[in-house]
Amino acid sequence: MTDMRALYQEVILDHNRNPRNFGKLEGATCLAVGDNPLCGDSYTIYAVVGDDDTIEKVGFDGTGCAISKAAASMMSVRIKGKTIQEAEVMIEQFRHMLTGELDPKSDNELGHLTVFHGVSQLPQRVKCAVLPFHALHAALEGEDEISTEGEQDVWNEDTP
Amino acid sequence: MRHDMELPTSEKRPVRSSDRSWEEIRKEFPILQQTIREHPLAYLDNAASSQMPQDVIDRLVWYHSGEHSNVHRGVHTLSQRATNAYDQAREKVASFINAPSSKECIFTSGTTEGINLVAHGYGRPFVDEGDTIVVSALEHHSNIVPWQILCEEKGANLEVIPMNDAGELILDDFDEMLDSSVKLVCVNHVSNALGTINPIKEITDRAHKKEIPVLVDGAQAVPHMPVNVQALGADFYVFSGHKMCGPTGIGVLWAKRRWLEEMQPFQGGGDMILSVTWEGTTYNDIPFKFEAGTPSIAAAIGLGAAADYLDHIGMSRIAEREAELLTRTTERLKALGGIRCFGTASEKAGVVSFDIDGVHPHDIGTILDNEGVAIRAGHHCAQPVMDRLGIPATARASLAFYNNEADIDRLVAGLYSVKEIFGV
Repeated sequence: MTDMRALYQEVILDHNRNPRNFGKLEGATCLAVGDNPLCGDSYTIYAVVGDDDTIEKVGFDGTGCAISKAAASMMSVRIKGKTIQEAEVMIEQFRHMLTGELDPKSDNELGHLTVFHGVSQLPQRVKCAVLPFHALHAALEGEDEISTEGEQDVWNEDTP
Repeated sequence: MRHDMELPTSEKRPVRSSDRSWEEIRKEFPILQQTIREHPLAYLDNAASSQMPQDVIDRLVWYHSGEHSNVHRGVHTLSQRATNAYDQAREKVASFINAPSSKECIFTSGTTEGINLVAHGYGRPFVDEGDTIVVSALEHHSNIVPWQILCEEKGANLEVIPMNDAGELILDDFDEMLDSSVKLVCVNHVSNALGTINPIKEITDRAHKKEIPVLVDGAQAVPHMPVNVQALGADFYVFSGHKMCGPTGIGVLWAKRRWLEEMQPFQGGGDMILSVTWEGTTYNDIPFKFEAGTPSIAAAIGLGAAADYLDHIGMSRIAEREAELLTRTTERLKALGGIRCFGTASEKAGVVSFDIDGVHPHDIGTILDNEGVAIRAGHHCAQPVMDRLGIPATARASLAFYNNEADIDRLVAGLYSVKEIFGV
């Protein structure tokens, strides 16, 4: 039995109730929509990327569960000020944490985002947590839309 | 295992009383006897798929152990056994819905295929540019998308019977909607998302005054109430096996003979023909004209066993039991506070769609699952219903006769945990 309080930690509930950087980000240089058509979660992730490849600001809007909303909110806080390269490392590490390939206690760039490691115990919810990260990755790559299903299924690439 | 092949196992069982207790009946479902995450399973996702009693499981095992072969083909003994069992299953489902003839019952892979069959078989010859298909605001995607595809192909229009906030169809302007361009009305008998029981007889009466046929999606009705397709006045009635204690991959399209005779085949292939030459093909008689290729023989036989099982308990008794459970569930959720229920129609089947302010339905679903309570969270393949209610998703508890009061207690306790964790 998973401890639900370990999954829904106070920091996650707080970001769900009061999401940071929520709302359309004016002046965004890139954006992408992340959809999970099976459950209806849908977020737009916006980013302002400077000439030196620094991500100056990240914002998001959309609807979804506590896990996906808190993940988007905490991601937006954590990513601010990072370079694209640093962001990509973080996205990769976050995904690996949720697929059990990265120990949250190991040396990593995730910071508070490790509170999501409990989600790895619930395979049907992993897509929720990863959705905003994939959308950010798509935005930084210059794609405008990703889906958890179908041809663009990010899970068909290199994750189980 | 030895088989004398005289009797299916269900008929070898000791004679059971049809009024045996609900707790005895519950014990006949092996899947319900397990624990999930250290809690006894409370299975409240019956609108998505129901569970099979041991009778149906045994019937499938029996078929695969002693009867399997292809149907309508071989001269050998096994082929005859398979054919007999398959044909008997058709008789059983025909009788279950009071179809005038089993020849009017087409085995499909499920409700979705049944609707698509009608969209092709009826839609191709009878729907033209400028015609109209009427659907209701309460439909599942499977009774929307095939009609959208047909309308796009034909240049026809799709019109929608609206619903009110309670989830009841508004039929005030229905007669005006039914102008001469309307070629078909498509409506579900029971809404999968909200549980509304639609007034099918009224709809068919009003449509028939204008000589417009009516397709009824009965997927959520056949498992939960007595269904008499003749009394309902339906022209097409479709349903699925796996929602009525049968296996997946099987369903039934019943249609009036007149339509089946006039409709085009859906798929071409073996079994649906009388003769094939390079000059052309003569189609087989109904129902075979619509059953190309080797059918889901085992699943059809399993569905027949499920119909027998439900029939033995009695659909009226099942409907009464589920109404009791629905009342109890609705009252307990109200008493809990902070729960918003969707679908408050006066005529309702055992579906409770709800949300909790400040908690997304998926989070409700995960926390309930952690306590062994299985519900559905999402849009229930009825996004237009969700849009109409202005919500992205709901949590849905859907009942079956084998649920009990303890299942409802467990749902309520789980929702209490949800409220506690989220502080709402």
